[in-house]
Amino acid sequence: MRVGELVTAGILALLSLYLMWKSTELPIGYIAGQGPGGGAWPFWLSGIMLVCCGCIAFNWWRGSSPASQSDEPVLDSYGWRTLLLVGGGIIGFVALVSVISMYGAIAVFLFYYVWFLGRHGLALSLAISLISPIALFFFFEGAMQITMPSGLPFTDPVFNILYDIIY
Amino acid sequence: MEVLSLLADGMLLSLQPLNLAMILIGVTVGLFIGAMPGLGSVNGVAILLPVTFLVPPGSAIIFLAAIYYGAMYGGAVSSVTLGIPGASTAVATTFDGRPLARQGRASLALVTAALASFVGGTVANVLFTLFAPVLASAALSFGPPEVFALMLLAFATFVGLGGDDIPKTIFSICFGLVLGAIGFDQISGAPRLVLFDYNGFLQGIGFLVLAIGVYGIGEMLWTIEQSRGEIESTTPKMTIKGITADTKEAAKRGWRGTMIGSFLGFFVGVLPAAGATPGSLMSYGVTKMLSRNPEEFGKGSPDGVAAPEAANNSASTGSMLPMLTLGIPGSPTTAILLGGMVIWGLVPGPRLFVDEQEFVWGLIGSFYISNAAALLINLAFIPLFIWMLRMPFTILAPMIFVLSIAGGYAATRDMFDIWLMVVFGLGAFFLRKFDYPLAPAVLAIVLGPIAEPTLRQSLLLSSGDPSIFFTRPVAGPITVVALILIFLPALKVLRRRVGRKSKKPA
Amino acid sequence: MKLTKRIFMGAVGAALLATTPMQALADGWKPRKPIDFVIMAGPGGGADQIARFVQSVAEKKDLTNRPLVPNNKGGGSGAEALIHVSNANDPDHTILVTLNSFFTTPLRQSNLGIDVQKFTPVAMMGVDPFVLWVHKDSGITTIDEYVETVREMGGEYVMGGTGAGQEDSIVIAYMSEAYGLDIKYIPYDGGGAVAKDLAGQQIMASVNNPAEAKGFYAAGDFVPLLAFSDERMPAYPDVPTIKEQGHDFSYYNQRAVVGAPGMSDEAAAYYQDVFTQIYESDEWQGYLESESLSPLWMNADEQRDYWALQVENHKKLLAALGE
Repeated sequence: MRVGELVTAGILALLSLYLMWKSTELPIGYIAGQGPGGGAWPFWLSGIMLVCCGCIAFNWWRGSSPASQSDEPVLDSYGWRTLLLVGGGIIGFVALVSVISMYGAIAVFLFYYVWFLGRHGLALSLAISLISPIALFFFFEGAMQITMPSGLPFTDPVFNILYDIIY
Repeated sequence: MEVLSLLADGMLLSLQPLNLAMILIGVTVGLFIGAMPGLGSVNGVAILLPVTFLVPPGSAIIFLAAIYYGAMYGGAVSSVTLGIPGASTAVATTFDGRPLARQGRASLALVTAALASFVGGTVANVLFTLFAPVLASAALSFGPPEVFALMLLAFATFVGLGGDDIPKTIFSICFGLVLGAIGFDQISGAPRLVLFDYNGFLQGIGFLVLAIGVYGIGEMLWTIEQSRGEIESTTPKMTIKGITADTKEAAKRGWRGTMIGSFLGFFVGVLPAAGATPGSLMSYGVTKMLSRNPEEFGKGSPDGVAAPEAANNSASTGSMLPMLTLGIPGSPTTAILLGGMVIWGLVPGPRLFVDEQEFVWGLIGSFYISNAAALLINLAFIPLFIWMLRMPFTILAPMIFVLSIAGGYAATRDMFDIWLMVVFGLGAFFLRKFDYPLAPAVLAIVLGPIAEPTLRQSLLLSSGDPSIFFTRPVAGPITVVALILIFLPALKVLRRRVGRKSKKPA
Repeated sequence: MKLTKRIFMGAVGAALLATTPMQALADGWKPRKPIDFVIMAGPGGGADQIARFVQSVAEKKDLTNRPLVPNNKGGGSGAEALIHVSNANDPDHTILVTLNSFFTTPLRQSNLGIDVQKFTPVAMMGVDPFVLWVHKDSGITTIDEYVETVREMGGEYVMGGTGAGQEDSIVIAYMSEAYGLDIKYIPYDGGGAVAKDLAGQQIMASVNNPAEAKGFYAAGDFVPLLAFSDERMPAYPDVPTIKEQGHDFSYYNQRAVVGAPGMSDEAAAYYQDVFTQIYESDEWQGYLESESLSPLWMNADEQRDYWALQVENHKKLLAALGE
């Protein structure tokens, strides 16, 4: 935790610096008769962020924040596993949306989570991962008229049928 | 008295079979739309606008008002059960709603939210009925300097909201404000902070992208990791007895927040541009400040649920006022309602109150009825929401992820925003581990884009002279109070430090 | 549980089989998916109101077999919408409701790489004129009094309008130049906010579209002084045009519907037909009249010529603004 606290503050400080640098594309000063320029607001706020990172580092040095006193690892093996399996699952889910459509991705993700991570029975897992996307389809497309991504063109025949049903 | 008889006519109109059916359907539909993360009354109202062609204009607007009310109640459901604020107005509800749900007291939180919403809506309706024209002219006296002063006041209430780590809280506020500045500079009309020169950033980063990322993904990951997969659902089954007990407890421990929220929310909501978000936030802050046990807040205080919920309902009713009296939208939803009025052949504007009395009072009458219907329907559905919470966590968690991604897409219709949401989610997970409070960032991204343009408009008005915030009769006092509130905690901390230091050597 | 699931799956399977042959039977091109009806402005503005009105008419008359789904993309002064429509992976189901930022945004942000001539013309639904308004408490009733007052204030006269480089600022910049006025300009995020602050006398004058100001005009709060239309407007017969005043200028906000770049000819013909029907409907004609829009019907080729002309005009106007 102790190292992590400082590394996090360092990364955030770099982010603040980048935002400050990016803000300078527009005037950051006080234009006489007009008030602050277009870049002033983000520039100075990012500046405050940078100062805050400095304070966090100072607190780290003093050891006054809880994280800077702890010797526990940021993530133990269980933590890394969770992050990888769950976080990775979400990334995979979003990546799949552009390939096999939102609803297809939902089905795959739910099955992955409920069956593989949740260790529920196959029947229950299949039921959840098939019923949910269909219910969501009728909710979003039928009731709310919101069109979700349909993925690559090969999914079109399925969607054409579904649209014929609801419209 | 003429007002009252018009209002009574309006209420009777709402109780006609067709209109009553409209109200019941509208409230139920609205409740579920509001409970979906990412969707809110804007979606409900926009989608059902064309449907209203099938019925007479009077019934149509009643239908839309019912959806509006239902969605407001639904917002709290998402905050409490899923832990994701479905709208920026419901962020403050999560502060105490989530801890209550964690403690297995989700039903208390939901009952409190429903009752507070009802009271807030009713207080707002009464104020609306009695003082509409006066309040309308007061709303007009709020120009850019006044709105900015009000934003300062909202920021002042922030200061008490963060964690104990002051630099991290300030970092979070500023980060939210800078994220809100991405995209386009309204005053100079130039692109701004288009990160990595990627065109996707031109459209800016919306509240929902950050909120769903932080709460729907980041906070969920944190909970899963922290609990080591051993989350036991502690939520007890719903019983009639339980509901009665919850109602009593909600009334006892939430009345203070409800009253503060109802009035404060209304007056902030009446102002166009300001709206319900600062209203609910300020009500939470004020209730905490005036409470006898402020340390309970953030850990599951019914007052902390009641205040923002009463306020956002009250403010949402309040935001109808500029629409009806002046023809100015107070929120995106009222903007769409306004469009609906044009379609039905009404002319929004100051004459509406005079020329179309039957329509106006019919609508206000339907507010009263919709509000009551929303309370009953919401209470009736609470067992269903509790049942959801009783699902095994390994089923509930992926459902929340799915609703977050799908709901997020529904709100923005852009895959880039979904990726951004995932990035925020993973970032929030790590920041959460290091005790960075993220609620301030989520609120700042809403308030920043109101505060910055009004600040710069004001300075343009005064040719760059900042005294404009102090010399105007309405803005002046608000600015002074806000500045005092902002610097008060800082002074206290300094005093305590000095006190501690002088004691230490002894 | 198991039984119901099996029945359900069976039902879905049967539904899939039963509806398959229905495809490809349709005559001519028809949309197969919901139509992405992109609006170049946030909810509530003039463009949004028109889009939703059009959608309602289409719905009421049942003109399309798939719904028009409004999609507000107002970010970056319309840049968001232009990028979204240009990159649409299904151009046959993507149409855009435009305003003048259709011309100005690509000019001001050449790095977007948007060429408006690549879009597909669908329909010109009308053009929205601009009018100069003051608050009645100012006591100003004619353009001459207005010019006199502004000159007396010497740079302290405050006007509000939409963001820099957008329609309102172009009109005000031209007017200031023509009459030799020095005006302090406050940018707002939309016409509604401008009208509200004129009603509250936070600003002294505005150039709102009649649709945004007519409620206040009806209540007697706003006084129209000058119209930026080619001829006097039927709703405001006593208001002189800037042309009568000897300045060869008129300015309208276009309310047009365009198709995504790369839309097939069949799809374009379909949408042109749908929007012609909407244009000719009593509802739309009534809307044009009540909101003081001017009709300006054009066929597809005329629309392209009009775009080219507008791009040239805006190049000059923006250059004059110093952009």
